[in-house]
Amino acid sequence: MQVPILKQGNYLIASVQSALSDDDLRLLRDDLSDRVGRFRSTGVIIDVTALDVIDSFATRTLQSVAQMLKLRGAYTVIVGIRPDVAFVMVQLGLTLADVGAALDLEEALEHLNNRRRRNLYEHRAKDTGEAGRLGRAGSSPNRPGLSPSRANRRADREGQPRSGHASPRSMEHGR
Amino acid sequence: MADESRINIRNPAEIVTARQQGRILAVQLGFDGSELTVIATAISEIARNILEHAKDGEVVISRCNHRKRYGICVVARDFGPGIADIDQAMQYGYSTHKGLGIGLPGTKLLMDEFHIMSVVGQGTTVTMKKWRH
Ligand SMILES: Nc1ncnc2c1ncn2[C@@H]1O[C@H](COP(=O)(O)OP(=O)(O)OP(=O)(O)O)[C@@H](O)[C@H]1O
Ligand SMILES: [Mg+2]
Repeated sequence: MQVPILKQGNYLIASVQSALSDDDLRLLRDDLSDRVGRFRSTGVIIDVTALDVIDSFATRTLQSVAQMLKLRGAYTVIVGIRPDVAFVMVQLGLTLADVGAALDLEEALEHLNNRRRRNLYEHRAKDTGEAGRLGRAGSSPNRPGLSPSRANRRADREGQPRSGHASPRSMEHGR
Repeated sequence: MADESRINIRNPAEIVTARQQGRILAVQLGFDGSELTVIATAISEIARNILEHAKDGEVVISRCNHRKRYGICVVARDFGPGIADIDQAMQYGYSTHKGLGIGLPGTKLLMDEFHIMSVVGQGTTVTMKKWRH
């Protein structure tokens, strides 16, 4: 069964409808990876509300999808893990590394927006004071949404009063 | 009410069928919401092992009684390669494939009773139970 994928601005939203087979998973991974490249998406939301079970296999596959998307330049947020499903995952010791989690779509979008805003601060810091020292090593030239000029405009609008935070954050992310 | 259901495990869709059948019987037996997820996950792990490590087999789900207690009983059987060292297979994190090695020890943790019997070259049988408390 194919997983529908929706494009919303810079993000992709995939809604898993039922238990995923290996083939479904492979399809979803390739599909997302392809679209992340085509649309330059910076975030992917995977909605698993419909899953009544997340076992070791499902965890392993979700993890591999997220890791693959990370290499393609997108961050993954899993949405809608039910309380009883989360309870069992904890009992089994199943964890998802490098993946965000949110209770609903709205929270997931907020999560991605916050991340994006943080990245913009970082870019702004590099463009101003620290550009010469840090160089361009940490910037992502293949993301039009994060081009320096746009980053500046966004940061000027939203970030002025908190510009003091830009420096330590950029250190943290500039490793 | 049908007290037993038998599901062949030959493909991923049948894993889903097995845990759905488990859920149905567990509801009839009066298990509550989070216990249903526990039981469905345990069935999923064990059925997945049949598919991944033995290619095919079957899962039988039934009501079980012991003195005044009753609950759900799941037997998963296959005629695959079997397990040479069960103690090792039961260790958290041990996997001969590229798995997490969580299936067997995790399932034992989730259920009240868990028993595994295996003969190399003949197959593996997992029997597990969850009692109504
Ligand atoms: N039905 C079976 N037949 C043959 N070998 C099995 C069977 N079930 C488990 N095993 C063996 O026991 C090992 C441990 O099983 P377990 O379910 O704990 O981990 P896994 O299946 O490898 O990974 P995971 O379940 O975390 O995805 C397996 O790697 C496999 O070698
Ligand atoms: Mg397993």
